[in-house]
Amino acid sequence: MGRKVPSLVAVATFLLVACGGGTGTPTTQTDVGITADSISLGNTIAQSGAAAAYGTIGNAELAYFNYINGQGGVNGRKINFKILDDAYNPAQTVPLTKQLVEQDQVFAMFSGLGTQAQTSVRDYLNSKKVPQLFVATGATTFNKDHDTNQWTLGWQPPYQGEARIYAADVLKNHAGAKIGVLYQNDDYGLDYLKGLTDGLGSNASMIVDKESYDVTAANTAAQLTKLQASHADTLFIFATPGFTIKSLVTVTLLHWAPTIYLNSVSNPQVYMGLAKKAGAALTNVTSVGYIKDPTDPQWANDSGMQQYKTIIAGCSTCKPEDGFNIYGVAVAYTMVDVLKQAGTNMTRKNVTDIAANKLNETNPFLLPGIKVKTTSSDHFPIMQEQVITWNGTGWTLQGSLIDERGTIK
Amino acid sequence: MNLQRIRMAPPRYWLVGVVVLFLIGFPTVISSFLASEWAQALILAIAIMGLNILVGYSGQLSLGHGAFMALGAYISAILAHHYKVDYLLTIPIAGLATGLVGFLFGIPALRLSPLYLALATFALAVVTPSLIKRPAGLTGGVQGIGVVQPDPPGAVSNIFSTITGTAMTSDQWIYYVSLFCALVLFWVAWNIVRHRPGRAMRAIRDGEVAAAASGVNVRGFKTLAFGLSAFYGGVAGSLYGLSTGFVSPDTFPVSLSIQLLVGAVVGGLASIPGPLAGAIFAYFLPIESSQWVPNQSWIPAQIAATVKNAGPAVSYGVILIVIMIFAPNGLVGLARSGYSLLNRRLRGATDRETGQMPPDPQTV
Repeated sequence: MGRKVPSLVAVATFLLVACGGGTGTPTTQTDVGITADSISLGNTIAQSGAAAAYGTIGNAELAYFNYINGQGGVNGRKINFKILDDAYNPAQTVPLTKQLVEQDQVFAMFSGLGTQAQTSVRDYLNSKKVPQLFVATGATTFNKDHDTNQWTLGWQPPYQGEARIYAADVLKNHAGAKIGVLYQNDDYGLDYLKGLTDGLGSNASMIVDKESYDVTAANTAAQLTKLQASHADTLFIFATPGFTIKSLVTVTLLHWAPTIYLNSVSNPQVYMGLAKKAGAALTNVTSVGYIKDPTDPQWANDSGMQQYKTIIAGCSTCKPEDGFNIYGVAVAYTMVDVLKQAGTNMTRKNVTDIAANKLNETNPFLLPGIKVKTTSSDHFPIMQEQVITWNGTGWTLQGSLIDERGTIK
Repeated sequence: MNLQRIRMAPPRYWLVGVVVLFLIGFPTVISSFLASEWAQALILAIAIMGLNILVGYSGQLSLGHGAFMALGAYISAILAHHYKVDYLLTIPIAGLATGLVGFLFGIPALRLSPLYLALATFALAVVTPSLIKRPAGLTGGVQGIGVVQPDPPGAVSNIFSTITGTAMTSDQWIYYVSLFCALVLFWVAWNIVRHRPGRAMRAIRDGEVAAAASGVNVRGFKTLAFGLSAFYGGVAGSLYGLSTGFVSPDTFPVSLSIQLLVGAVVGGLASIPGPLAGAIFAYFLPIESSQWVPNQSWIPAQIAATVKNAGPAVSYGVILIVIMIFAPNGLVGLARSGYSLLNRRLRGATDRETGQMPPDPQTV
């Protein structure tokens, strides 16, 4: 009796192997959240609360996925995209992400928004081996620390890379500048400050003063007065949109006319319009861009922009001219591109591998010439940006693309 | 003797037994994810019980209990992360330390009249996130601190897997840890409010001068209430950090303090089951309202989008107003009055109590 058991097991194993080999098609591999005709993706984003303005990004991404589904989906599979509102509170991001992973069984988390929020679920998602792809934050850590968090990857240019471009521009066009920096006192502001200091390198002494403010502060008037008193002639504002608008107005009220550098988070035309309305002079304002601006007339006949207009018409609550919407469509384009490349090998591992190591696309919604690219030693998908200046009604592209690839170690 | 006592026990004791058994058995039939949600509801219940002792029993308003939760969570997270103390051991430490801070805060606070006390505690809730960011080396600044969720101990895990047939997850283990803490703390609260301190607190709430005249140490009991309430907040905060696996300044916004107060009022102030009912309400309503409303096809898309964008605050507000109108004593008050109404109906008491005299033929 006892001797027979192993042989029975062997027979059973043989039968299983034989049947498995006979019925399965070895070239097709799937994973949790993938069925014969669907791929499910999850997302947490602020759609209510203080940061609700970002919420439209999720809707724009949904509009793009619906557009792709209307064309037959990705390799015959339709994308189910579930958006949950975390109100920008990391304590809510955790249970909502668990809900998407454990209850809704999503294949991957896509474009979750907020540095703290995405940090709060990074360990969890990596321990569950669930891809956390193209997080909507420019915090450098999401790309830089990919080696220790192999399931996590950012998409947009990192804040440090952006600040290095400003440094390059200052050195080239305002070599004798005296720089004053206003930055938000958290990792977001500090990330920018580090990039600027690193970018200036041996010329870091050009920074004559730097002042920080807290997100809970009422305004930045005291800091700007100090910066003015330090005789800075070039002002860097590394702030969130609300503080940027107030600061631009305050600079004008102080009868100060420095050259101003604005970070890309705060440069959408909507905010510039608000600052102008509140009395900001907006002379000599410089920033950078990497996405085509929907309000810029030079893209009116551009095929990518026309495609964007068609896609965004599918979202009833999205304003086509809002820069956040074209961001959403652009990042969703990359996601679909990755899924298409995965082809029949639809496993979490393969999809993450393609995103982090094998990406090489041109994205019709980004400025011409930008490559969305990753290799096994470089996990920063977008590292090119172009300097833009404010012309009174919109942004004008200056010079050519600046590439910062490989500068952040 | 004992049998006699069990038979004579009032029905609410039986109800307590049923609820406890239900909460113990619940995770064996629901998913691990739902267990993690219920764990958070239980943790809120602990914090709300603390607030209930302060607001409901001793009559002092606090709009800043989220700050005590933050303190408890950070004490635990720092001990576990920097000093490698076992997280479960840090829970009582966090509770006691927070209780001490609450006690000290209570000393100046009790000199304030109720309205100013509300403002002072509100200020505490507002400054907490900024304060946490300052010593970035200790608190991790804006990056926060990750908390490693412990695996269930072997013995517990074995019992659980023989019942359910699946291995116990850390979420389910955290649920039971939270349940254990909640049971102990509810039992403690029940004992306190039934005895001398509880009577003294209620006397102070109902008439400070009268209480002082009767020999109640007003200052002592007010400070005690503050310290005790902060202790509950600290334990809840510590568990909150454990169950979310991450603490950061934005984890404890001002709205958390408001959510706790809403939970206390909706559940029913000055009652023991109130905080549990209030916590379930305060935890699940925002989640359900933001996910349920957009999925209802009968609600016009425009209205659904507005409700979604305005956040759960809208449905929160509406239900809160409805409850305040129809159940001013909270859910527990509603249940109590419903039960006594039913009781009188069943015993035919209503006829006798209507006050109408039966028609008397002789007067015609």
